[in-house]
This record gives sequence, C-alpha cells and structure tokens, in this order.
Amino acid sequence: MTNSEVLVEAEGITRFYGKIAAVIDVSFTIRRGEVLGFLGPNGAGKTTTMQMLGGSLAPSSGRVLIADHDMRSEPRPAKSALGYLPEHPPLYRELTVDEYLDYCAALHRIPRTQRRAARERAKDRCGLGDVGGRLAANLSKGYQQRVGLAQAIIHEPPVVILDEPTVGLDPIQIREIRRLIRELGQDHAVILSTHILPEVQASCDRVQIIHKGRLILSETIDNLMHRVQSQVLVVAFRRNPDVALVQDLAGVHSVTVVDENRLRLFHEPENNPTDALVRLAVEQDWGLYEINPEHSSLESIFVELTGEQPETSDTL
Amino acid sequence: MIRTIAWRELRSLFLSPLAFVILGLTQVILARLFLGHVNLFLTIQAQLVSIANPPGLTALVVAPLLGNMGVLLLLITPLITMRLIANERHNGTLTLLYSAPVSMTEIILGKYLGILGFFFIIVALTLAMPLSLLMGGQLDWGMFGCGVLGLLLFTSTLAAVGLFMSTLTKHPAVAAMGTFGVLFLLWVIDYAGHAQGTGGYIVAYLSIVNHYEPFLRGFFDSSNAVYFVTLSVSCLILSIRRLDADRMDA
Repeated sequence: MTNSEVLVEAEGITRFYGKIAAVIDVSFTIRRGEVLGFLGPNGAGKTTTMQMLGGSLAPSSGRVLIADHDMRSEPRPAKSALGYLPEHPPLYRELTVDEYLDYCAALHRIPRTQRRAARERAKDRCGLGDVGGRLAANLSKGYQQRVGLAQAIIHEPPVVILDEPTVGLDPIQIREIRRLIRELGQDHAVILSTHILPEVQASCDRVQIIHKGRLILSETIDNLMHRVQSQVLVVAFRRNPDVALVQDLAGVHSVTVVDENRLRLFHEPENNPTDALVRLAVEQDWGLYEINPEHSSLESIFVELTGEQPETSDTL
Repeated sequence: MIRTIAWRELRSLFLSPLAFVILGLTQVILARLFLGHVNLFLTIQAQLVSIANPPGLTALVVAPLLGNMGVLLLLITPLITMRLIANERHNGTLTLLYSAPVSMTEIILGKYLGILGFFFIIVALTLAMPLSLLMGGQLDWGMFGCGVLGLLLFTSTLAAVGLFMSTLTKHPAVAAMGTFGVLFLLWVIDYAGHAQGTGGYIVAYLSIVNHYEPFLRGFFDSSNAVYFVTLSVSCLILSIRRLDADRMDA
C-alpha cells in the first residue's frame, strides 16, 4: 500500500480564527486505497481541518494538495478530485433527493447524458433506492446523512472527505456506512473525522489524533491498539488514598483522580504495578475494593498523549 | 455552470409560496393603480384635446405605472433577494458550492441571473397591462421602450444591491433590512432636493430616483444608464470579494 500514489497532501496547514489558532502546523498525506481516521475531542480542530481539505476554508498558512493540485492556485482541478460531506449534510430542503443529486452532478460537471446513471449509482451505494422522489426536508436524519454521502461520491472522486459521517445514525445504518467506507477505501483515498474510537477501529487503516489544534499521533490502527492495551488501571478505595504514594510506585507514569474514591493509573505495559499497589493499599489501610484494567478508551489515549507525559512525544 | 446555479435558484424560488405571493400581490396592487391612471386619462381626455401638443396615453398611463412599479420593487426586492446567499450560509449548503469545482464568480453570477429571471417575470407580467391598451389606443413606442429599459436597469440594480447584502450575513432577515435600508436611502437621499454646492451635487447624483425618472419621461441619457450599470457591477464585484473573504481569515 505504501507505493501507491499520494492523493492528499497537507503541508503545515494552520488556521486562525481571529487570534485563536484552531489548527496549528498539521501535516499528513493520504494514499489511494487508504482510510485515514481523524480522531479528536470536540473542539480539537477536526472540522476546521476537514473544511480546509474540502476547500470551504483557506488555511492561514501551509498548503493543501489534492491529487497533485494546489487548492489555492488550482482550485478547480483540486475540487474536481474530491467529494466532501460536511458536518451537516448540505441539503436543499425544498428539492427532492433526485433533483438534489442531479444538481450536485451538474455542479461537478458530469455531462448531462451521464447524470442519471451517476445518480442511480450513488443512490444504490448509499441505500437510497426508494426515496428518490421525496423531499430532503421530510427525510429522517439517517437518510439525510446518506443523501449527503451520495452527494460526496456521485462524481466518483479519488478523494472522499467525511466529517463525522455516522453522527445521528442508528446502529444498523452505522454498520452500513462503515461497510461503504471500507468499500470506498479500496480504490479511493478516504479521510473521516470522528470522536468515537470504535469507529476508527472499525473502518480505518490509519489514525491521527488531533488535540488543541496539533497533531499528536499518527499511527496505524494495529499499532495504536497494541500501544494502548491495558496500560490503564482504575482502582477504587473506601478511604481517601494518598496520590503521591501511588505515583511513586514503580512503573506508574501518572495518576489522575476520577472521583473521590477512584484513581486512574497510567503505567508501562511491561511493568504492571498491580502487586505493589495492592501491597501499598493494605499497608496504608485504604480499603481497596476494586481494580480494573481499562482497555483502549479514547479518554485514556488522550490522557496518555496529552497528559503530563513528555516521554510519549517521541511517537509524533 | 452559471446556468445550473441560476436555474436552481429560480426553481427553488418557485418551490416556496413566497414567489407566488409576491407575484400575486404585485399584480393586484399594480392593476388597481393602472386602472386609476386609465380612469384619470379618460376623465381628462376631453380637456386634453384643447391643449396644443397634449401628453398622450403613454405619458399619462404608462409612465406613472412604471413609477409605481419602481416604488413597489423597492419594497419587495429585499424579500426576494434576502435568501440568496444568507439562507445557503445558514443551512450550510454554501459548503456544497465551495467544495464543488465552481469559482466564486460563477456562484455570484449564477445567483444573480437566477434572481434576475424572477424579476423579469414580474416585469413581463406587469407590462402586459399597458400593452392591453393597444386594444383601444396607441402607444408611443419610443417612450414606452425607454421606460421599459429604465425599469430593467433599475430592477437589475436593486437585485445586485440585494444580492450583496445577502452575502454579508447568515440571517435572511438582516439581509432584508440591510437591502431595504440601502435602497430606501438611495431613493430618498435627494428628497429635499436642490441642495447647494459640491455636496448637493453628489447627493443629487447618488439619488436613484433622479436616474430612473428621466427614462420614464422617454429621455434616454447614457449617464443615467452608466449609473445603474456601475452600481450593479460594483455590487457584484463586492459580492464575489465577500465570498472569497469567507474562506480567508474571519
């Protein structure tokens, strides 16, 4: 997969809103046949990055290349090569699904004679077969999302950008959309943003985590899962424990307080502090009653990556 | 591409009741005024014969009707143009245009032509009234043509101002108020009239009435046409710049 062509290239893109920097010096590439997950909490800069890739926002500095065309100097070929589903599907409420998709096809310069075929193909792929004649305004959120997705792939662009594509969908629809994303990933370059980790696990080859506008991790899914496996322990005590003592245990990176009884421990995978912790708890009479290895929650990854642990910065 | 956008704009307008309400009300109001003008003409027709070189049907019926039309357009333009860009921005559909291989110029021109299509439908329907006079009288075609040309230029300018106002905000109501404010100001700016000095000259020049009225009197002065064209083109260029700025730093 590494030798296939690069379709998206972001070079040090930065975006300011007034004095606030929403995205700072983000660089990455996506190749054909790759699904990249853009993961981050709300307000991390995901949508801003997606908007810059999708051409609806110009970066304050840095540049975006889509299929070798600079978004700024050659917007037309660059935009022809991409399909973009924004956070809220851009639907005209007064048009029917068919009318809407025909309009989108026309905007993407699909010749008149091929529009119907393109529309039917996009509807097929997104499971919109029987709603062609309905008004977009009357569709459920899930169907609106699918129409948005159909709009993004109607011109079969090499690059597909999806901003939170599964928000508001029911589990069955989510599974269908994920299957579609996988399918698209075979011969397109797909980038999707989400704040849900299982989503990335289910559909992506690679994941990038963005936090406070900076890219803090870029990793293949397999590596990520490996990295975060049971590195976190959640322990509960009946009486208030001394955090400093826990912190001093061998192998513990950091400790955060979950609530008045619970602590979350981040530790080295090869150096599990459970034994020492149990011993300490008994000695200090803290009343340990719960000890739980936590698996790969997004929160734990974030805390690990953004918390007080400079030693993990070598994974940038 | 411009045609695609223009066509959708026009279609969408007619998919909402607003377009029909506006068309209907315009017709009712103008028909009432038209009948009033015709009535007046019939009453004074007898006296007119005694005057040397009397004003004809066109001057007494068509010109006032086009004048009324101007006032009415001033009132309805904000309602028609307010949604152009503001609504797309509000609904997030502007993103669709931004991410499509379409330039800002094409978006603005498409929008503008689409809305002009609607205005020209209003104008065409209205002109049917004076044309019906042909059944029992004669029109001064030079004066009539000049008036229609003035009306078209006037309308195009109002539409361009409305379009620009709509690019400035995401709330159609704000766009409507802005458009009405600007147009009304241009309309009344020389209301007191006869201001003195350079300032007075500028105020008189800015007044949209001062440029529209001569057309209705059958008096074509290219400087008046230039006023309308300049104003329209400026608004269109500003609109394009505004959309460009959307993507740049806020």
